[in-house]
Amino acid sequence: MQSYYEANARERLDGLLDPGTFREILPPVARTLSPHLQALDLPAAFDDGIVIGTAKLEGLAVLVAAQEGGFMGGAVGEVQGAKITGLLERARNAEVAGIVLLLETGGVRLQEANAGLIAVSEVIRAICATRVAGIPVIAAIGGQYGCFGGMGIAAACCTGIVMSEEGRLGLSGPEVIETAHGVEEFDSRDRALVWRTVGGKHRFLLGDCDVLVDDRIDAFRRAIAQALREGDRLDLDAVEREHALLQRRVDRFGGCDDGADIWRDLGFPDPENVPLLATDALVAISQRLRAA
Amino acid sequence: MDWHDVTARLFPEGHHVVADGDLLAGTGRCGDTTFAVIGSAHHAEIGVELALAMARLVLATMRTHPGRPIVFLVDTAGQRLRRRDELLGLNRCMAHLAKCVEVARSRGHRVLGLVYDQALSGGFLATGMMADLCAALPESEIRVMNLSAMARVTRQPVERLAELARSSPVFAPGAINYVKMGAIDALWEGDLAAHLAAAVADAPATDTRRDVGQARGGRLLAAPIALRANVE
Repeated sequence: MQSYYEANARERLDGLLDPGTFREILPPVARTLSPHLQALDLPAAFDDGIVIGTAKLEGLAVLVAAQEGGFMGGAVGEVQGAKITGLLERARNAEVAGIVLLLETGGVRLQEANAGLIAVSEVIRAICATRVAGIPVIAAIGGQYGCFGGMGIAAACCTGIVMSEEGRLGLSGPEVIETAHGVEEFDSRDRALVWRTVGGKHRFLLGDCDVLVDDRIDAFRRAIAQALREGDRLDLDAVEREHALLQRRVDRFGGCDDGADIWRDLGFPDPENVPLLATDALVAISQRLRAA
Repeated sequence: MDWHDVTARLFPEGHHVVADGDLLAGTGRCGDTTFAVIGSAHHAEIGVELALAMARLVLATMRTHPGRPIVFLVDTAGQRLRRRDELLGLNRCMAHLAKCVEVARSRGHRVLGLVYDQALSGGFLATGMMADLCAALPESEIRVMNLSAMARVTRQPVERLAELARSSPVFAPGAINYVKMGAIDALWEGDLAAHLAAAVADAPATDTRRDVGQARGGRLLAAPIALRANVE
């Protein structure tokens, strides 16, 4: 079974989508290169590091976008952002079950500075507007660069998030925090600490991702299809429920210093063991604790 | 600029805006219109508490005063860069605030933003950049990060970036560059109340920033690429 983590953007699409159904929009032959990278004499990409198109996934008509972590860590510039925003807006006029975003990104492409920041804000606004129109947007996170910066906000704006244990999701990356406040605040080279703070298991136990899957493309496919079938409703009741959930979280866990403290509070008798648990074992324990 | 001066100039008919720590909250009257005022002061770092506090104000406005226009007053040094905030899911709290703004828009609230001092990256995405229309005071700064930090991350000489900042709106931090790129509608000078009254009447209902950026020559590819992604 193919690893999602190891695959590049196009390999992920190959494994996720129904064979022969993918039609790429603005493929590399369209040569949509970033003018800002060229101005800095930096290598550009013909697809600007994002693959977008129409397809079917387990028989469901979808629009898909896949970020290529291998190109500038998946960072979002003017062209890449516009491709995602245009795809999201396309859903309003298309008969689709939803939009699937395979996110692997450090956030704003700093080489494009202001243009990158504005592009990310346009993606965030387009995700929210798409959802208000009743169209689900599902994010998948499981690549080696994680999902950070403004795109971490974009992911959390989506209808649902599917993650693997290997995935990481946050706003400021560990290196950024270490640069700002020192290694005592966040040792970005302490791999275990990073995963206890922003890793897939922590995000699942907190409820930030809806589904935790094994690092296999077929596992992502099943979870994404299930999430698409559940539909979407972003309205006042939904944001009021979300507010109550987040307020309870900050009240309850605001004094915790480490992911393990939160897991103990959630009822895991042996939180040090959580990183060693297999995904299905972790999900089973978590479901039992939530039911109790 | 101090938020007291800004609110006095925006709301000559009077306001009840107070600061609770870094949070600004209250109402202001401009002409015949009452605005819900939500914002941050003192170059606030936006952590989980402040993001949720602003979201709560948007929710309360929707429940208690349906249709009342909302104005965000923006002065932020960006998202709070702490491990604790990441542990608690600061990205989700920011996203929640952005979603509240979108739901307010869908229920007929006009949402405006005014950058009155500084706006950095993550602290700006869920407020002013979610608004129907965002303006800035001429002396304000908007940026992703400062040039020296950007030089370090991008491995470009700072002199090179400084030179680019002079010739390209993409790299310079002044609010005027965000005007050229379409993300800021205009710099507000003089009679702020008149600008606010005009903005609430004229703000576009959809996201037109990339078209504005193209028309102003500061961001040429976003509009045509997004259009092609939509129709091709």
